[in-house]
Amino acid sequence: MADPVSSFDVSRREFLEGTGAVALAAVAAVPALGADELPSVPHTAIQVTINGVKQKIDVEDRWTMVEMLRDGLGLTGTKIGCDRGECGACTVLLDGKPVYSCSNLAVWADGRSIQTVEGLAKGDKLDPLQQAFIDHDAPQCGFCTAGQLMSAKALLNNNPHPTADEVRAAMTGNICRCSNYNRYVEAVMSVSGARA
Amino acid sequence: MKTFSNVNARDAKQAVALSQQARKDGKTPAFTGGGSDLLGMVKERIITPDVLVHLRGMKGFDQIEQRGGGLEIGGQVTLDTISHHPLIRSRYAVLAEAAETVATPQIRNVGTLAGNVSQRPWCWYYRNGFPCFKAGGNTCFSIAGENQFHAIFGGGPSFIVHPSDTAPALVALNATFKIAGPGGDRTVAASDFFVLPKQNAAHENILKDDEFLASVHLPAPRPGTRSTYHKIMDREAWTHAVVSAAIVLEMDHDICRSARIVLGGVAPVPWHVPGAEKLLVGQKITPELIAKVAEVSIAGANPLAKNAYKVPLTRNTVKRTLTELTGLTG
Repeated sequence: MADPVSSFDVSRREFLEGTGAVALAAVAAVPALGADELPSVPHTAIQVTINGVKQKIDVEDRWTMVEMLRDGLGLTGTKIGCDRGECGACTVLLDGKPVYSCSNLAVWADGRSIQTVEGLAKGDKLDPLQQAFIDHDAPQCGFCTAGQLMSAKALLNNNPHPTADEVRAAMTGNICRCSNYNRYVEAVMSVSGARA
Repeated sequence: MKTFSNVNARDAKQAVALSQQARKDGKTPAFTGGGSDLLGMVKERIITPDVLVHLRGMKGFDQIEQRGGGLEIGGQVTLDTISHHPLIRSRYAVLAEAAETVATPQIRNVGTLAGNVSQRPWCWYYRNGFPCFKAGGNTCFSIAGENQFHAIFGGGPSFIVHPSDTAPALVALNATFKIAGPGGDRTVAASDFFVLPKQNAAHENILKDDEFLASVHLPAPRPGTRSTYHKIMDREAWTHAVVSAAIVLEMDHDICRSARIVLGGVAPVPWHVPGAEKLLVGQKITPELIAKVAEVSIAGANPLAKNAYKVPLTRNTVKRTLTELTGLTG
């Protein structure tokens, strides 16, 4: 497969800023990835809103969402841990709900909206949840952190003042190899303004 | 991942036609809803489809509607929706509770009712590429192998357990299933959808090529009906049932009018125990009666070398579930 990232000329930083100008540039700039080189591989043009920016992108039907995000769009904040819907490192929000991006196809995101960890900060200002993760030393090795953030974000969007049990339930699908679960719960609770 | 093409079906008729066409073209089709399990099997090369027929966009199949006093649930309704739906929570609690125990929020947000009911077994031999009955072979490796999570009822020649949490709930609720296929729709009782390995060792249900579970109908609950689902796991979350119990009771004050007890995690199908139910009908439910019902619910258990612990666990799960459902203390 051709390296799709090299032909994708919107930088990650520009993309994160998500201005209208970047949105237009992105629509114009994303080529039919790999299609010329591998004509026999089924591929589909989809339209998907990523971190608020509407994108047109040509994806191979077999691409998972996380392959589109990481390999197609250079959004490497989302991690691939187990690649089999068990660990939660790849969690993104699909129309506001947490899903495993390794276990959904990119083509299924057509017409829908994805939020990744890159969409949390506003410019250089971290989301309060990200700051709380830092303040509580929640990440240790950090590999699961992007997924933990997205599950916590989805919870707080719908339930700004959860109980500790609700936080644990919402983050059931995110495994932390360093086993720093208590700090993650404390961090989320601190943002909700409650005590664990 | 292996290459394949994805086609989004508009409706059931087109979905069936797409699957049939793929087969005519010499390709292997597979229906997909949420896809969580399917993609895992493709990655592991347990299945190797060439065409995915995607069902989630089919119009109307993600709806829950009141019909004939009962409830019609589209096969593409997600487990998350089912677990939160006010009518399901209030009238069919056993189903909402079962859906809520499945896997994780990420899976429940895309996982569908039809997919949960139709999923393949999670026996570690099948999932790790052993040529067992479920993979089209003629051996069950669990018999002489690691069988701590395998069947204690209804086993042979395969000893898988049915992995679905919603399936026992649907059988307990006397649901009917609508199956879409080449001949149009056909309807079967939920209990007739699942088949034992001695009837068909390779498949867990009656679905044939180019057929899929389209929707589920729940009959109106009789007055005084209460229900619950109790799931025992080897850790607190994110796994299948070691043993589960789906129980529906129709109560007239403290007299039981009818009872449905269906067990999960213990047999290759949702395991219905009519002998235990009969003891409850027309009776005032007491702790002594519950103990007797629990004992009868394990009649005929035939454990393998490493899963005999499931027998008392099943008995006690039935006892605890009935005790909680009737508000008695054990």
